[in-house]
Amino acid sequence: MAVTGILLALFLIVHMLGNLKIFTGETSFDHYAHWLRGIGTPLLPETWYLWIQRAVLTGAVVAHIVAATVLALRARAARPVKYAHRKKVNGSYAARTMRWGGVIILLFVIYHILDLTTGHLNPQGDPSNPYGNVVADFAPERWYVTLFYTLAIVTVGFHLRHGAFSAFRSLGQQTPKGERRARTAALVFAVALCAGYLVVPFAVLTGLVS
Amino acid sequence: MNLTLRIWRQNGPNDKGRMVTYQVEDVSPDMSFLEMLDVLNERLILQGDEPVAFDHDCREGICGMCGLMINGDAHGPQRGTTACQLHMRQFRDGETIDIEPWRARAFPVIKDLVVNRGAFDKIIAAGGYITAPTGSAPEAHSVPVAKANADAAFESAACIGCGACVAACPNGSGMLFTAAKITQLSLVPQGQPERYTRVIGMVDAHDEAGFGGCTNAGECTAVCPKGIPLNTIGRLNRDYLAATAKRGDTPGA
Repeated sequence: MAVTGILLALFLIVHMLGNLKIFTGETSFDHYAHWLRGIGTPLLPETWYLWIQRAVLTGAVVAHIVAATVLALRARAARPVKYAHRKKVNGSYAARTMRWGGVIILLFVIYHILDLTTGHLNPQGDPSNPYGNVVADFAPERWYVTLFYTLAIVTVGFHLRHGAFSAFRSLGQQTPKGERRARTAALVFAVALCAGYLVVPFAVLTGLVS
Repeated sequence: MNLTLRIWRQNGPNDKGRMVTYQVEDVSPDMSFLEMLDVLNERLILQGDEPVAFDHDCREGICGMCGLMINGDAHGPQRGTTACQLHMRQFRDGETIDIEPWRARAFPVIKDLVVNRGAFDKIIAAGGYITAPTGSAPEAHSVPVAKANADAAFESAACIGCGACVAACPNGSGMLFTAAKITQLSLVPQGQPERYTRVIGMVDAHDEAGFGGCTNAGECTAVCPKGIPLNTIGRLNRDYLAATAKRGDTPGA
């Protein structure tokens, strides 16, 4: 869980930084998007690196889900008779919503790829003009798309808040002082990532990017 | 105080079990939770009914025998307190209180609120000991222990093995118990010879007993009557990673 999660979190950082290039203008953003397809050239043929990265990320997602499923099945088997009266949370809300949060994130990722990668669910869907696709996607009259993105990103934030801390812990973070640091780092990371991702749709919604 | 209790009644391991409602009148707020159950049981006996079976021994919060899920909280609403040290002043007059046994596959119900925690013994038997030399006690100063390590080991050694961590865990995992029993030994020099075989053996025994896997949810440490910190599990993880990397001292392999 920890190793695949860290891999996916690193991708989220790079993806967010790429998104923020939308504030540098249409030409620059489209140029960046085009450059992504050519990373690794001329060593590798065009788009090869992109497909290698996609394969690694898909592998990480699958391994992450397999590990989570094993844990969930073990948890279910470990408590055959449920409590009649159960407190929702004594510890952390983020920790208690990891599983359903993860399912929501998976559905969001599928939608997101169909929307802004393949363009099937995008109102413009022009692969040569990703800037235009983003602007068309988060247009004010499509507020429900922005709402869905916001909910999904906040879910990712909660997932990361517990996930990042839990990854440190699984890999051997062991002191109380380190735990406070790890929890703070996870919270800061989750909030920063949420903010970085949400600023794009809201900039389009408010007309800052058009 | 007058209370309504909803208590899990189960005649034996194979009985299906159900929640049964009882009324208890004239409960003093100064009674402990178990004394309140004693009052209920006295009345049940006088009425010719079967008294409610529940585990208890020292009633001083140090033996680890008592353990009840009270209104969804392991050991009740007060933090850092076993059920026997919980007082009725923590509840309101007229309140309905749900009382259930620990719920885990590894802790089968024997009767009513009594569960079999023998799975913990199996975890201990898999490595929760040291090879101590016999004979007279050695000179204490001959084995120096860093103060920080001694403190952390002592914190882990406070575990009374009550099973509240398992009861509260959303995964039914006994990792806080296992981690406490591993780190109380791995942090001191006396525990070093078996340090890495111990962690592998005890985690394997934990998994074989039917406990769930740890997801660092932190519910265990919130209800632990002895306040075993969650970072104890981090120490276990560190030892486990090191042990799987070396494992050269596994006997017979």
